[in-house]
Amino acid sequence: MTLLTKTATELQSLLHNREVSVKELTEESLSRIAKVDGDVHAFLSTNEDQALATAQQLDNQPLEGRGPLFGLPIGIKDNIVTKGIVTTCASKMLENFVPVYDATVVEHINAAGMVTMGKLNMDEFAMGSTTERSAFQTTHNPWNLDHVPGGSSGGSAAAVAAGEVAFALGSDTGGSVRQPAAFCGVVGMKPTYGRVSRSGLVAFASSLDQVGPITRTVEDNALLLNAIAGLDHRDSSTSPQAVPDFRAALTGDIKGLKIGVPAEYLGAGVSEEAKAAVLEALKVLESLGAEWEEVSLPNSKYASQAYYVISSSEASSNLARFDGIRYGYSAEGAKSLEELYTRSRSEGFGEEVKRRILLGMYSLGADHHEDLYMKSLKVRTLVAQDFAKLFEKYDVIIGPSTATTAYKIGELIHDPLTLYANDILTVPINLAGIPAISVPCGFSNGLPLGLQIIGKHYDEATVYKVAHAYEQATDFHTQKPALWEVK
Amino acid sequence: MTQLTKEQVKHHATLAWLAITDDEAEAYVTELSGIVDFVKELQEADTDGVEPMTHPLQVFNVLRKDVPTDILDREEMLKSVKQHEDGQIKVPTIL
Repeated sequence: MTLLTKTATELQSLLHNREVSVKELTEESLSRIAKVDGDVHAFLSTNEDQALATAQQLDNQPLEGRGPLFGLPIGIKDNIVTKGIVTTCASKMLENFVPVYDATVVEHINAAGMVTMGKLNMDEFAMGSTTERSAFQTTHNPWNLDHVPGGSSGGSAAAVAAGEVAFALGSDTGGSVRQPAAFCGVVGMKPTYGRVSRSGLVAFASSLDQVGPITRTVEDNALLLNAIAGLDHRDSSTSPQAVPDFRAALTGDIKGLKIGVPAEYLGAGVSEEAKAAVLEALKVLESLGAEWEEVSLPNSKYASQAYYVISSSEASSNLARFDGIRYGYSAEGAKSLEELYTRSRSEGFGEEVKRRILLGMYSLGADHHEDLYMKSLKVRTLVAQDFAKLFEKYDVIIGPSTATTAYKIGELIHDPLTLYANDILTVPINLAGIPAISVPCGFSNGLPLGLQIIGKHYDEATVYKVAHAYEQATDFHTQKPALWEVK
Repeated sequence: MTQLTKEQVKHHATLAWLAITDDEAEAYVTELSGIVDFVKELQEADTDGVEPMTHPLQVFNVLRKDVPTDILDREEMLKSVKQHEDGQIKVPTIL
């Protein structure tokens, strides 16, 4: 067992009473990484020397003025830029890229006194849902190493589930925080669009991307979101809305809470285990005084299609910046500028990235701009309206985070359409720009299942409140992969 | 069934500055045709009179005073540039 089984609050009290030092916590994380990452492959790079040096500095700081996350180890998805630390997006394109500035979220976690342990694996440029699309390695699910951890923030979820770090940052464009959190039995939050700065998050689809925290408990998650959220002059899409104290929302009191459960989220394609776990969770919430009713999201059936058009279109534009000149992979011996662009991009990008760029180009092209791109934007309006209508009556909407437990490595990868259809549970939330969390809600054949709680714009507080009340009434979050004990 | 042609795929690849071989184009024809069929299910949605949603939140202009502020260090940035001289980035001859 390790110190990292403890929550941020418990660790803070140990630090405060000088029972443990930041250096010891950092060493603990490094030793966990050394022990298990050879099996899990969550980290693309570790930051040992700098982490230990930071820990030393932090230990010298006075107890007064330390925040709730002071001295705690965190891992960062490798599409979030870290000054002086290679940031690859799991792509050959950025294999040796050393950023010259920190993402705003990284500045925030540094200011909170957290210790960055390293950079976490992902699908290349966050395009994928298994980490099998990483140009460097596939991460393995700590609950069963033959299975994927989900993606694209699979490294982040696996590192937390394996006890290598207690905190991680991921990013969620269509489910990339919630789905791996569900597959790995941890807590993952996709905040409201605009809640967290995207400055320094390598853009995939700018109107959908959000950075989100991945942790073992809801309280830890709320603390980390508090640390990274807020208006940022470097991202004009961040909201001036005040960020409430999310921990203060964790009262356990959900009496009278109104829950809508979309029929589509318990319908075709959703496994019996996932349905059963959600219905069981609803019973728990009922026993705590909440009420639920079946509702409908009639346009959710078009969400996945609209998502792929919009996200690929935005990606084809965002990824145009990788031209082999200012940074990133640059082809050797190109004779002309055109050849330099073309060869750098062709050699630097992986197959899935190219596929999405091509779909984006096709959707934005003159022939299909109306019937694909504009149509998708209109469908996006319908999807958002579905939610807005439900939120007139309900406080939260609940369903499964994923249709099944984690796939076997290699199982579905050859069928992109199956992977795409699975997104229906998560992508509508990104299209609408609302917050949603995944919390552990059961197991099937030893693999975790996640409960998804969806809230109104800027109402992460209610989402956390419900997630926390549910978590405290169940014990799924206290269970750990066998790998914790063996190692 | 949508059937993209190899020429279409290659055309879009060229626009995106991607070079793809004949074999790759062949594979993308099959995959993209399947994906395009899937996304075309959108046509069933009734969007008459529906406004397109270009952004998840109400968009407004964010303006600031045009004053010089802390900027990134040129020397630092040039470290990631493969070829440079006198603070300028070098590319293959254009003219």
